[in-house]
Amino acid sequence: MQGRKNNKEVPGKEVDIKSYKSKAEEKPYLEDLREISSDQRKNMLSAGVDPSHQGRSGTYIQIDHSVVHSKSLYPGLEVMSITEARKKHKWVDNYFWKILSVDADEFTKQAELQPHQGYFLRAKPGVKAVYPLQACLFLNENNIIQNVHNIIIVEEDADVQIITGCATASDVRRGLHIGVSEFFVKKGAKLTFTMIHDWAEDVSVRPRTAALVEEGGMFLSNYICLKPVKNLQMYPKAELIGRGAIARYNSILFAHPGAHLDVGSRVILKSENSRAEIISRVVSGGGDIIARGHLKGEARGIKAHLECRGLMVKKEGMIHAVPELEGSIKDIDLSHEAAVGKIAKDEIEYLMARGLSQSEAQVAIVRGFLDTTIMGLPLELQKAVDDAISACEQDAF
Amino acid sequence: MLRIENLSVSVSGKEVLTDINLEIKKGERLAVLGPNGSGKTSLLMAIMGFSDYKITRGNIIFKGKQINGLSIDERARLGMGIIFQRPPTIRGVRLRQMVNMIKHNDFDTDKEAKGFNLKGFLDRDVNLGFSGGEIKRSELFQLLANSPDLSFFDEPESGVDLENIILVGKVMNRILNKNKDNAGLIITHTGYIFKYVKADRGCVLLGGKIHCLGDPKWILEEVTKYGYEGCITCKGERITRKSRVKR
Repeated sequence: MQGRKNNKEVPGKEVDIKSYKSKAEEKPYLEDLREISSDQRKNMLSAGVDPSHQGRSGTYIQIDHSVVHSKSLYPGLEVMSITEARKKHKWVDNYFWKILSVDADEFTKQAELQPHQGYFLRAKPGVKAVYPLQACLFLNENNIIQNVHNIIIVEEDADVQIITGCATASDVRRGLHIGVSEFFVKKGAKLTFTMIHDWAEDVSVRPRTAALVEEGGMFLSNYICLKPVKNLQMYPKAELIGRGAIARYNSILFAHPGAHLDVGSRVILKSENSRAEIISRVVSGGGDIIARGHLKGEARGIKAHLECRGLMVKKEGMIHAVPELEGSIKDIDLSHEAAVGKIAKDEIEYLMARGLSQSEAQVAIVRGFLDTTIMGLPLELQKAVDDAISACEQDAF
Repeated sequence: MLRIENLSVSVSGKEVLTDINLEIKKGERLAVLGPNGSGKTSLLMAIMGFSDYKITRGNIIFKGKQINGLSIDERARLGMGIIFQRPPTIRGVRLRQMVNMIKHNDFDTDKEAKGFNLKGFLDRDVNLGFSGGEIKRSELFQLLANSPDLSFFDEPESGVDLENIILVGKVMNRILNKNKDNAGLIITHTGYIFKYVKADRGCVLLGGKIHCLGDPKWILEEVTKYGYEGCITCKGERITRKSRVKR
């Protein structure tokens, strides 16, 4: 019965919202990001956010509850805080809680009742930006709660990449991050969204995310969480509501000892010929991972695949893969493959026969397992991700 | 270079090699012939130190050092290398990364890859979706990069078409001739490869036992004539007779 209980989608391990401080010190707005502290800069960089703006089309940085910077460097891209956006465009309100339900759980409620900003990113129709936009949600004070509500809109035929990095200051141990995000990918538009989480050992994280993809639209979502975190629970969902819409979720997770990660991706294919792919690679380095995936086919000619591979590298830890396929009409094609295991001995010995030590061989195999080339990451991000993977390897062996 | 004394090996409790005695001298190439399932690959795996192959008796001495207890990588670093018949796929590790981890400084990865028709494979995962011939070329490419003193070739001609067997032979010669002391152990059940690579001595392995030791050309002739069944009754007498006649 234990398994059945685990199978149920729950908001994750208990988090006592009241045990976190709801007030944080006000941080000043920085016109020039060179004024950002070197510790903050370092931690932002490791989450893929570059405060120098280099190779970015725009930047939003929020520290605790304060917006410290928001600027677009590319015509046709809007970057601002959610409060500012609601002031500027009356219609932004129509996107609020449009695809997520405010009373879904205690965390969505919290985000509504006690909001601490969040970002608004929008690409105007037809805008194709070469460089990615970046957004950073940063925890600088210990023991606080950060509730954000983000709205991302990619208008018709626009094409944009977004990098979001969530990080903490080096001395932050404990905190709670609640992030509500609603994505709208309009007709013929394309969004590549890459989120890197770089929290601390005792931080709890509850993203609440949904995306709506219209006809011919494409939503690619990459999620990378390789650093320690206490417990993380999320189950983002994409609804494909237009003919030929595409959603793809790639996740790479590493659970350090003591961590509890309950992470899934769900795609509801509501219209003809829509496509979806969910790929996750999860490694337990001593922590627990529940890797979920759910594909639901409701229209003719849809095709979707779910793939979950889990690797156990320590005696401790747990991986529970829960792939679900649901079809409610004929003429659909849904498939999945899941595998959980340790590093194959024949692979280690093969590399050892070439002169690599056992631990070098293990590192090479885990690094290969966490290969990010499937994500098609912006070049600028690769270094941050490679560094995070190297750090995991040191922890794992 | 390598001496094997009274070696018996078992895999999951079943004896696969019995009382093997073999020697490979510096600069020498030894051919081991035998039908499928005779223990040829087990012999290589045991010498390399693969964990499934347990030594129950005997010694393996490499460069004057008893290596029974050494790990695979320690043996590799002492100067042994191998091409596998059916290597595993290493997902996410590109052939280029692999070669760069193991290569000698003087090995030009890109230039050599071209000669191996492997240029397009450098950025592919090691062995993922490789055909039989591609695996063979990739294995030899890695072995050349690694450049060991003693090379083990497990069925170098299997699954290779006529065009590629010439390339396989050329590369084997390059590996074996790189230094005058380089030695090799070549395993085959057909013997085709000896058209391209010369062996100094040969032996037949049958049912996990060495049956005869001698001139590889004669052994091959006898095997072609009588089959490996012939070896069971002959017990090496014909080869002994032939060498006596020659003397």
